[in-house]
Amino acid sequence: MKSVDIRNLSITLGHGAKAVKILPDVSFSVAKGECFGLVGESGSGKSTILRCMSLLLTQWDGKITIGGKDVRQMPLIERCRTLQMVFQDPYGSLHPRQSVRTVLHEPLRIHGMDNRQERMERAITEVGLPVDFLDRYPHQLSGGQRQRVAIARALILEPSVLLLDEPTSALDVSVQAEILNLLSDLRAKRGFTYIMVSHDLAVVDYMCDRFAVMQAGEIVEILDREALDGNKATKPYARQLIEASLEYDSAV
Amino acid sequence: MSDTILDVKKLCVSYRGEGGYNHAVRNVSFTLGREKLGIVGESGSGKSTVGRALLRLLPTAEITADTLRFEELDVLKLREKEMLKVRGRRMSMILQDPKFSLNPIRRVGEQVSEAYLTHFKCTKAEARAKAISMLEAVQIRDCERVYDLYPHEVSGGMGQRIMIAMMLLTDPDLVIADEPTSALDVTVRLQVLNILDKLVSDRGIGLIMISHDLNLVRNFCDRVLIMYAGQVVESLKASELHLAQHPYTQGLLAAQPRIGGGRGRLSVLNRRPEWKEPIEVQA
Repeated sequence: MKSVDIRNLSITLGHGAKAVKILPDVSFSVAKGECFGLVGESGSGKSTILRCMSLLLTQWDGKITIGGKDVRQMPLIERCRTLQMVFQDPYGSLHPRQSVRTVLHEPLRIHGMDNRQERMERAITEVGLPVDFLDRYPHQLSGGQRQRVAIARALILEPSVLLLDEPTSALDVSVQAEILNLLSDLRAKRGFTYIMVSHDLAVVDYMCDRFAVMQAGEIVEILDREALDGNKATKPYARQLIEASLEYDSAV
Repeated sequence: MSDTILDVKKLCVSYRGEGGYNHAVRNVSFTLGREKLGIVGESGSGKSTVGRALLRLLPTAEITADTLRFEELDVLKLREKEMLKVRGRRMSMILQDPKFSLNPIRRVGEQVSEAYLTHFKCTKAEARAKAISMLEAVQIRDCERVYDLYPHEVSGGMGQRIMIAMMLLTDPDLVIADEPTSALDVTVRLQVLNILDKLVSDRGIGLIMISHDLNLVRNFCDRVLIMYAGQVVESLKASELHLAQHPYTQGLLAAQPRIGGGRGRLSVLNRRPEWKEPIEVQA
């Protein structure tokens, strides 16, 4: 599995005097097999970082390396087999007129992989769905099942880094628990490196080893998971965010 | 309870479907005084439908109930014209996302004062003054300026506070808040909830808070109804939520990750068919 390193990532829009930096200067690194969280308010740039990493956004400066290789230098095929992304809303991220089979088959065809039927069956069982779900369409699936299909789609190319963009925020608590269990099982079994965006610190605490608190595009502080309990953050904004979450979460 | 605002007995909501009626809400009974009542459940459990049925906002559904009494009114017997005088005046609803619930091409202040103009005889200047003092009450700074902004110019938290101002301006007796904070960040969420809490307690308004978030309901409400598959399966005091008896409530509570809660497997709901059997919970 591979480590991830981000150095001086920045995005500037516009030219000359009107240029605006929407992502000033982000650097962090993630060890192999680690789960790294990005937390912050909406608009703080969490998802933008993931989009830069996966080259869904290309207008950025700086350097992102995965397993020592620059993502910009990687050929498309190699890049897709190194990192995959799971999006926030399973109702929006699956094509409504493609069956699960089509969704899973397409990446296999593009990448010219063999044993397609077997791989599809393995991917769908791995996310805890029965094999006959391959012939279903998204509208025949519940929200949690759709998110499982989205995860299966990300897994089928056997990537080493998974980018998770709020994978459970559109789901109910009970279904969220199933997906979080699935994600941590997969990591234990296959040793993925996760980078996970979330606004829910309880989810971050459950999944991640370390996390970065972001505000207005900047990383305010990078903390260990242990720092959450008892709020050991040092920067005022990080403290405020954790305090709000603790207050919200406590009252048991 | 002497000052019961709302008395609901055996409320059922059904939609006509292929081959008969689909029951979205079955036999929901509760009473509401001047307090905060939470309704919790997963998506599709019928919690929002209950809220909408109380306001008779479901034109295609068939609503039946043994009793649906709002103060001195029998809501189901009211004609639509009379309902217009109740809706937004004595009973109002705060919706989920200010981005979609405010009219994007009208200034926010106008939309707030419209609530007042619709129900009271007064001049526009009076309504404006009322609206501005209400915006102050929801802790918006520089209200004169905010009054003239368009919805896209205000933040999510401010938009939600404007919605609250709009709904409380007519001094209603019952406010139904349908996931009022689920579109907001944690830090902003607490501010908005505190404002709502203060206004509701000061004015003695009955509040029904519809939410999927157990933590929110536990911290904010006095009593909680838990809904599953269109029925109320359990009714509890918010402070005694951890003493829940019904396996569904227990499952929901256990499925929630907690800060500092360890890394053990999260327990997963094992849905049982018998939870859908008719049960009667009186709250």
